[in-house]
Amino acid sequence: MPLSYNFAYLDEQSKKMIRRSILKAIAIPGFQVPFGGREMPLPYGWGTGGIQLTAAIIGPDDRLKVIDQGSDDTVNAISIKAFFKKTAGIAITEETKEATIIQTRHRIPETPLQKGQIMVFQVPIPEPLQFIEPKKSQTVKMHGFEEYGSMHVKLYEDIAKFGRIATAFDYPVQVHQRYIMSPSPIPKYDNPKLHRSPAVHLFGAGREKRIYAVPPYTDVVSLDFEDYPFELEKWDGACAVCGSTDSFLDEIITDDTGTRVFICSDTEYCKKNTGNPAP
Amino acid sequence: MYVAVKGGEKAVKNSQRLVAKKRRGDISVQKISMDQIANQLGLGVDRVMAEGSLYDVTAAAMAIQQAQGDMTEAVFLVRAFRTTLKRFGNSIPVQTTKMTAIRRVSGIFKDIPGGQILGPTYDYTHRLIEPDPDHAPDPPCDRHTDTAPPDKTAACDDISPLPEELPRVIDILQAQGLLQQDETTPPGDAAEDLTRQPLAFPVSRNLRLQALARGDEGFVLGTAYSLQRGFGLDRHPFLGELKVGYVAVRYTPPELGFDIHIGRIKLTECVMVNRQDDAVRKAAGFETGYGLVFGQNERKAMSMSLLDRSLAARKNTGKTDYPAQDPEFILSHCDSVESSGFVQHLKLPHYVDFQSELVFIRNRRKDHTPDKGNP
Repeated sequence: MPLSYNFAYLDEQSKKMIRRSILKAIAIPGFQVPFGGREMPLPYGWGTGGIQLTAAIIGPDDRLKVIDQGSDDTVNAISIKAFFKKTAGIAITEETKEATIIQTRHRIPETPLQKGQIMVFQVPIPEPLQFIEPKKSQTVKMHGFEEYGSMHVKLYEDIAKFGRIATAFDYPVQVHQRYIMSPSPIPKYDNPKLHRSPAVHLFGAGREKRIYAVPPYTDVVSLDFEDYPFELEKWDGACAVCGSTDSFLDEIITDDTGTRVFICSDTEYCKKNTGNPAP
Repeated sequence: MYVAVKGGEKAVKNSQRLVAKKRRGDISVQKISMDQIANQLGLGVDRVMAEGSLYDVTAAAMAIQQAQGDMTEAVFLVRAFRTTLKRFGNSIPVQTTKMTAIRRVSGIFKDIPGGQILGPTYDYTHRLIEPDPDHAPDPPCDRHTDTAPPDKTAACDDISPLPEELPRVIDILQAQGLLQQDETTPPGDAAEDLTRQPLAFPVSRNLRLQALARGDEGFVLGTAYSLQRGFGLDRHPFLGELKVGYVAVRYTPPELGFDIHIGRIKLTECVMVNRQDDAVRKAAGFETGYGLVFGQNERKAMSMSLLDRSLAARKNTGKTDYPAQDPEFILSHCDSVESSGFVQHLKLPHYVDFQSELVFIRNRRKDHTPDKGNP
């Protein structure tokens, strides 16, 4: 069995195919482009879509940052970084500002993104209408005809039942006044960061074989109603480590009696705030 | 305080060390060789090749060992290896009528041209666990010792003199005009490739068959079984023909311009026959379902042909009352690498999403408005 693999694992033909799909996705913001997703040596659900996107766009000069749940050091982020270190030998960074490509699962960094940076999202379920209509053959038509009434009805039903919209993460957005898109399971706290962002945002769903994108400076609006506007999560306290009151906070249980403290989910941002920049 | 989120790298390394240790087990016990797996766990190797979509006995045997016998994990390893291989062309479609059969049975005719061949099967054994199932002296065929490449297992199949060509049993029905014509599948270069393009619905028959052929055996079996229990079939299906054997693979390299023999592969082929009497649309007759799987795997090939028929039925009747009639339900969920990955990804951290849920629940509890309808 051959033991050598191409730069960044995928063969060049597959990379070209993925890059063509990315270009199409950028040309039609928020539209899910079907692509010939390849099988990767990491399991589906572990970020195979994101890994394929990164593999297709990465070059030897890139600096890659990988986060999971906002952290550079969770097991899955470590594993994906190890994969690209091994197959592409590229530089890894934890500095959001330094990175040219940031692959992420479930978060967008707190540090504002810049022009020229590419965010790569790992997407489990690319179809925002999936839980309203599980059949792809139907949802394709709904997107085609911009038939989004059922999504608004679902949000309305939330308000009728709970007094507010009950989606806390993977909160649907409308991109460039046209397609309704899943922002991937980021907390809705991160949704506004997509709106007119100077960075390129690429979304890859490996198992479902879909790629979609938000080009730079594109309108990304979280769905809501005039009288029930989109609202963000709020915390009463601040980060127990850096004291930040403007970042997404994770809850840490510190003892058996259930004492809770809150700390930043974005570990790099937190370290920076404490005057202790990431290595 | 960062204990909860730090230390990922070290933990992963330790875990990989532990799994290597677990895999080796007690070092006083001899290590299993690839040859032993390829020869003595041959049906397992066949399954991994089929679901891995790669006819490579060595790769499958290595994967089974590396996965500690976890078949789904072994399939995954083979798939991840396969995906890196270059697709250099399409073979000429294999001729299963020219198969060197080691087994061939039909449930619809007692005597068929070419004869019924029971061959190696567990069908008529008594399933009693025996201290040493091979207590009898080794069968005469033990030519392949540890020096022989593992795919020489073929040498062990007792091939009795069989006709060069076995006519297909359903050709008998075909000749009498009792069969509905199947959708024709484009041969050769025109064939689509599920591993190079995403599944889209409505799905063509050749992609449907590809998806089923590499689908998880358990899923394909279970959903085919549901048909038999009335969740999609209203009468008993029949086994037209089930055949296991070796076929030659021929390929035309573009630089040569003529076809050459590049190897032999073991296949299981199945044709199921169902009565069809939708009198409104067409004359009464029979319709068939087709199954073709790498290696010897009759359970899988039979289930596949039942599903092939029921999934085609949607087009004919427009009805999908049951899951096993719905191409999107079956084909989107039959892949073990996809389903195993997505179910098990729940082991990954979901702190952020769960935090969002916690914030939502807490805020909701703070709301003073009493819930309508809820006490």
